[in-house]
Amino acid sequence: MYAQTFQRPRSFYGQFDRKPGDHLTTHYCPGCGHGNIHKIVAEAIDDFGAQDRTVFVSPVGCSVFAYYYFDVGNLQVAHGRAPAVATAVKRALPDSLVISYQGDGDLAAIGGNEILHAANRGEDITVIFVNNAIYGMTGGQMAPTSLIGMKTTTTPMGRVVANDGFPVRVAELLSTLEGPTYIERVALYDNKTRAKARKAIRKALQNQIEGRGFSLVEVLSPCPTGWGVTPVDSLKWIEENMLPNFPLGVFKDKSAEREHRTHRRQAIAIQDVPGILGLNGNAGNERSAGILAGGPRTSCPPNVDYRLKIAGFGGQGLLFLGRLLAEAGMRQNLHVSWLPSYGPEMRGGTANCHVNISTTEIGSPLVSAPTVLIAMNKPSLDKFENEVVGGGLIIYDSSLIDHPPARSDVEVIALPATEMADKIGSAKSANMVALGALIGKTNMLDKDALLHVVRSMTKKVALLDLNLRAVESGFEFARANAAEESLWGV
Amino acid sequence: MTKELIKGNEAVIKAALLAGCKSFYGYPITPASEIAEAAAKYFPLAGGTFLQAESEVASINMVYGAASVGERTMTASSGPGLSLMQEGISYLAGSELPCVIVDIMRGGPGLGNIAPEQSDYHQIVKGGGHGNYHTIVLAPNSCQEMCDLTLLAFEMADRFRNPAIVLADGFIGQMMEPVEFPTKAIEPEPKSWAVRGDAETRKNLITSIYISAEELEQHVLKLEKKYLQANSREEMYELYRTDDADLVVVGYGIVSRILKAAVDQAREQGIRVGLFRPITLWPFPYRELSVLAQWAEQFLVVELSNGQMIEDVRLAIEGERPVRFYSRVGGMVPTTEELLRQIIKASEEKDVRANLSKTQEFLWAV
Repeated sequence: MYAQTFQRPRSFYGQFDRKPGDHLTTHYCPGCGHGNIHKIVAEAIDDFGAQDRTVFVSPVGCSVFAYYYFDVGNLQVAHGRAPAVATAVKRALPDSLVISYQGDGDLAAIGGNEILHAANRGEDITVIFVNNAIYGMTGGQMAPTSLIGMKTTTTPMGRVVANDGFPVRVAELLSTLEGPTYIERVALYDNKTRAKARKAIRKALQNQIEGRGFSLVEVLSPCPTGWGVTPVDSLKWIEENMLPNFPLGVFKDKSAEREHRTHRRQAIAIQDVPGILGLNGNAGNERSAGILAGGPRTSCPPNVDYRLKIAGFGGQGLLFLGRLLAEAGMRQNLHVSWLPSYGPEMRGGTANCHVNISTTEIGSPLVSAPTVLIAMNKPSLDKFENEVVGGGLIIYDSSLIDHPPARSDVEVIALPATEMADKIGSAKSANMVALGALIGKTNMLDKDALLHVVRSMTKKVALLDLNLRAVESGFEFARANAAEESLWGV
Repeated sequence: MTKELIKGNEAVIKAALLAGCKSFYGYPITPASEIAEAAAKYFPLAGGTFLQAESEVASINMVYGAASVGERTMTASSGPGLSLMQEGISYLAGSELPCVIVDIMRGGPGLGNIAPEQSDYHQIVKGGGHGNYHTIVLAPNSCQEMCDLTLLAFEMADRFRNPAIVLADGFIGQMMEPVEFPTKAIEPEPKSWAVRGDAETRKNLITSIYISAEELEQHVLKLEKKYLQANSREEMYELYRTDDADLVVVGYGIVSRILKAAVDQAREQGIRVGLFRPITLWPFPYRELSVLAQWAEQFLVVELSNGQMIEDVRLAIEGERPVRFYSRVGGMVPTTEELLRQIIKASEEKDVRANLSKTQEFLWAV
């Protein structure tokens, strides 16, 4: 007659084939707390029927070899980064049980930022934080949780606050955040505390299974080797030395009130993705419709090669002006490119963009020798005037710039764009006046097609009428200007 | 066929979703931020995840997690962010995890500035992380290629079980050009090695640790075999007017565009010059470039760095021909006229070696 009193958890391998050398014993030292914790975790996985759903994430530390032992899906990851890895695993596999199993150096030192933000996001994962106040894997160096005065290989005279700071209390620290659901600190030094640890770890796992959000259990765990004491004395060591620094207890528990904390993606069929991106090219897509597919350029010269620089203050809508030109050019089957000056320049200083519109393929998108310069403020005219190629065109806002360009080898249009726009209703449409003048002067693009682009790209309905009228007035100005010039020419 | 006028940075995201990418983990940085912004807009709508991570360190490790479960995943950043990601890239390569990383290069070192440079070549192409690994590196020179090479990067990453990096500069990321996107999205093949939190994949293990020396040696040799395979089959490049070229200019990314325009202008002046543009920077098209040395008398490398890719060009030419160098850095980008002058100068000083003794400049600048 016998009664079975112990059974190996199914989630724990019976033989450790992944471990080099001896396959029957673990790599942990005698008296190490990891064995206890592994057993509690594996039993819980069994009891919750979650073996096939578990993804165990083990970063660098003594437990980096957790995959020798746990018969579940395993990821070995970089030092301190397990919460980031676990985040992405859980987002991809919302029904899995994701365990981030971390030591004190890993979680509280190098991985401080990753745990802080995973906790703050309330990621629906379970973190087992093994605090033994020392770096075990690397041979007994100071941990962020090492006690004041504690001798380690990197604090040979003991941890000195003035040099090394204080032991980090992770459970307390993370409990100040709104994100976490459940945070408890437990210990492993007698049967009573082991039972409490078991209960806490099971709760932290159950929370995830029920979608209640981020749970973390900090376990004060013996490291006889690192502490230089016997396994038996190491239990006393926890009680006498660690407890005063790391009080046990529940620091946060919102398990009962938090639900549905698992992120679930929208169910979208792959064939619907192009449509979501606006790439289905159906009849509703104006780009493929009628006139805009090719656009009649019958009234325009067959070959064009324009390199434009459009410059002024940030906020004058000059990047937008460039985009309108490029969009209209594209819809008329021309080669186009648009390049902005980017970054802080766009906020308040000068802004400029480079636009190429050509019948032939465009080499450099960078316009270093513009055939056309649109200058909407004085610094822009001063800066770029001399870049314009001989025989090129300068359109400048004569309402804002008091000196005309000095160049005599280029065509110049003094366009009171801001005044004209102001008369129409808003000085903000000065960019559209300039656009109209450009087309009126050069005939590089079909005007009606351009107006269509203005219609489709002006987002504010209130501005649309204004913009269209501004383009028209610029266009008329340039045509009248040209007529006047030819009159003088005669 | 629909064309869309779109920023290079946005084209990347549309292409990624068409490649069946399910998640984007990133951290903002100029001039790459539009990639994250477009991802934030489109990934949730398309049934994926967008998450702004707490740092580039976290984002690359989130990518590690997503890649581990077998989904297509990506991140994007610029030089300083890529520096932070190097640890994670080494782990991804070591654990044989496919992913796509986009680097929109800016000026460095340190904080540098946000203007375009090509000074990440060494850290990206030569591998800035620890250990024996390579990453696949694709260098687009237009918005269309931001789309096409992103699609290809996902395919190659999966095929080689290795990170693939799309290496572009601030100009390519920020500029807008017409792009033709595919009208069908791809459902990627499931990955039998992934850990998917199910019975079928329970025994799978994603790891880069091989504690026994014998095992690690075998693992590194296995990786090396993969890299050799890529090296013999996957090189991509563009040749432009090189058939009769006495002078071959070499440049990638935005520089290749400016060079192309300069080549055309030089040809109009009767200079026999052609352009060689590497499209894969790793594997670098050594053989194809070395073939040109049979007839081209000299080479001129132009980079927005103080000379990084030129090392690979010199390896390819193996001292058979002089390799000249011209560069702008700090965000300065050469004009077509500037490069034309360099081409003219090179063509007028053909006999570089004969001049070697005359001036010390050649010891450094040639």
